Amino acid sequence: MSSLKKLTQKRLFLPVFSMILVMLINVIYDAACGNAPFNFFMITIKNGVLYGRLIDILNRGTEAAILAIGMTLVVSSSAGTDISVGSVMSLYGGMCCMLLAGFGNVNVSSYAVPLIVGIGAGLLTACACGLFNGFLVAYMNIQPMVATLILWSAGRAIGLLLCNSQIVYVRVPSFQKIGGYVGFIPTPIIVAALCILVASLVLKFTALGTYIQSVGINKKASRIAGFNSAKIILLCYVICGLCAGLAGMVATSRIYSADTNNIGLNLELDAILAVALGGNSLGGGKFNLAGSLIGAYTIQAIDTTLLALGVSTAQSPVFKAIVVILIVVIQSEPAKEFFKKMSKRRAMAKGATQA
Amino acid sequence: MNILKNILYLLPAAVLCVGCTAKEVPSTETGAGVHAEDQVDENLIVVGVSQVGAESDWRNAHTESIKSALTSENGFYLIFEDAQQKQENQIKAVRNFILQEVDYIVLAPIVETGWDAVLQEAKDAGIPVILDDRLADVDEDLYTCWLGTNAEKEGEDAGHWLEDYLKDSGRDQETVKMVTLQGTLGATAQIGRTNGFSKVLKEHDNWEMLEMMDGDFTQAKGQEVMEELLKKYEEIDVVICENDNMAFGAVDAIKAAGRTCGPEGEITIISFDAVRAAFDAMIAGDINVAFECNPLHGPKLAEILKTLSEGGKVDKIQYMEEKYFDMTMDLESIRETRAY
Repeated sequence: MSSLKKLTQKRLFLPVFSMILVMLINVIYDAACGNAPFNFFMITIKNGVLYGRLIDILNRGTEAAILAIGMTLVVSSSAGTDISVGSVMSLYGGMCCMLLAGFGNVNVSSYAVPLIVGIGAGLLTACACGLFNGFLVAYMNIQPMVATLILWSAGRAIGLLLCNSQIVYVRVPSFQKIGGYVGFIPTPIIVAALCILVASLVLKFTALGTYIQSVGINKKASRIAGFNSAKIILLCYVICGLCAGLAGMVATSRIYSADTNNIGLNLELDAILAVALGGNSLGGGKFNLAGSLIGAYTIQAIDTTLLALGVSTAQSPVFKAIVVILIVVIQSEPAKEFFKKMSKRRAMAKGATQA
Repeated sequence: MNILKNILYLLPAAVLCVGCTAKEVPSTETGAGVHAEDQVDENLIVVGVSQVGAESDWRNAHTESIKSALTSENGFYLIFEDAQQKQENQIKAVRNFILQEVDYIVLAPIVETGWDAVLQEAKDAGIPVILDDRLADVDEDLYTCWLGTNAEKEGEDAGHWLEDYLKDSGRDQETVKMVTLQGTLGATAQIGRTNGFSKVLKEHDNWEMLEMMDGDFTQAKGQEVMEELLKKYEEIDVVICENDNMAFGAVDAIKAAGRTCGPEGEITIISFDAVRAAFDAMIAGDINVAFECNPLHGPKLAEILKTLSEGGKVDKIQYMEEKYFDMTMDLESIRETRAY
């Protein structure tokens, strides 16, 4: 009993619990349909690569997970959200594909410049976007949502301009590799794993995490304590921009084209939701990166589940909303109080019967 | 300045007086490069075309086709106005056409509503209006005819193509299992293509539509949905993709799952739109067939205008002739001629 209690009081308990709950829907559905109950969790090797819905969740959740890393830091340090990440992803696609294909070309099967130049320029552009956002927020004291609104609307348009308002295809195997497979593992999973690894190592072995949280909790106090608050906020936005670039890299390589109108569309909302689902306060301050990541994959799990259930993509937002409401409500303070009270009452009732 | 302004105001009035006898085109506020001195040959048919804008390659090809068909060699005097995707510009253009006493007005409406007043003005002025591409939601009396694409026919054509294709490969009696990747639900192209294909589907008892899922007309979504369908159904013979982008995604998903598609493969892929990249995919042997949404309205438009000016009657609804492209054709050379 006490071990269970310890478990439920862990910070990550609720996010993980929600994710398992979402996946349980599939077990019930599969069982009801007469399939093997754990059909959803089956991982096989097909055509020499990993195959299965869990792999799909990990694979397709890559963009949201990478974005969630940057978003968590931004939310923590500036108590605001960066809503430009989806557009920055698309801008990365426009920049990278325009360079690789050469301006004006729509469909190429060889690079105009080396791959590394394209990717590097794309990531630099994304970082520059982060720098721009960060400058407005940290030094001009503009509210984060207003500051990032600029690139939210302009990013996609700049991407379109770079691509001459067309979808630019780069049909080169090495370019598709980033969205494809390395050995038998989907590359996006590896990219996500690397990003998570680097982020957690930096947060574990440097004091950056502490700095960010302290700036988020009280900007003025941190400055008086000797931190350069503005610089730390700026850094968070640049990291967020870089994350958007990396997510854009995966999304662009997946479809080996710069579909600027659709890459990263509405993904900023998924990223913000991931942070919230992970039990983080959008009011800034303390953060929990693992929670955000679990949140990101939970969102993807909902998407994949709805696809598996055959819900039309036009209607799935409704179901997604219902699940999200449930998860958020379960994690809210009043709900936690309620559960605590319930368990106390039960304990008291038990005590009474024993007496 | 004032004198200049006065002249500008007087010009249309002056033209109104002489307009009945001689065809003279005054300078317009929007300045389509037409000058008052330009005497238009009596025999030319003066046509005012109000185009939506230049928002896509399809639209550019559409514009180019109209411009190259309505030339003076063919007996037309074309006044072309690009509305830059604003309805007020289009309304202004139509009013200018009326002022200029053109013989015909061709309008490619950007939206369906809000045309009643200006089209009534055109009708009162006795100028026939031809709607091109999209339909306007107005009383039928207000326009002479509508020329556009028939998405439903595209779907039907795809069904008949599949019929023939299966017959040729001797599979017309077998059970054929198919899935559809639909476009954004509610879009004209989605509704038409789905309904058209469903008509043919009903005629065949051995065709089994396993599932229709919507893929938002995008490659990424098309791929994701196809991955899911491949997991759900062991056996899929035909995939109908309601645009090219979803077809590209579907092809990737099929290949990733270790299956094959295209004319040589196990899964037949039918696609719509036939953009240039679709030709590449067909040449690579990934897609079987692509049905086009023909932007080349010019020749047909010229034909309608000629008939009308000779006093003939035309059908109220005119459909563009849609073509399709598959492996039996010389795709390489057709691709080179593709404008979009």
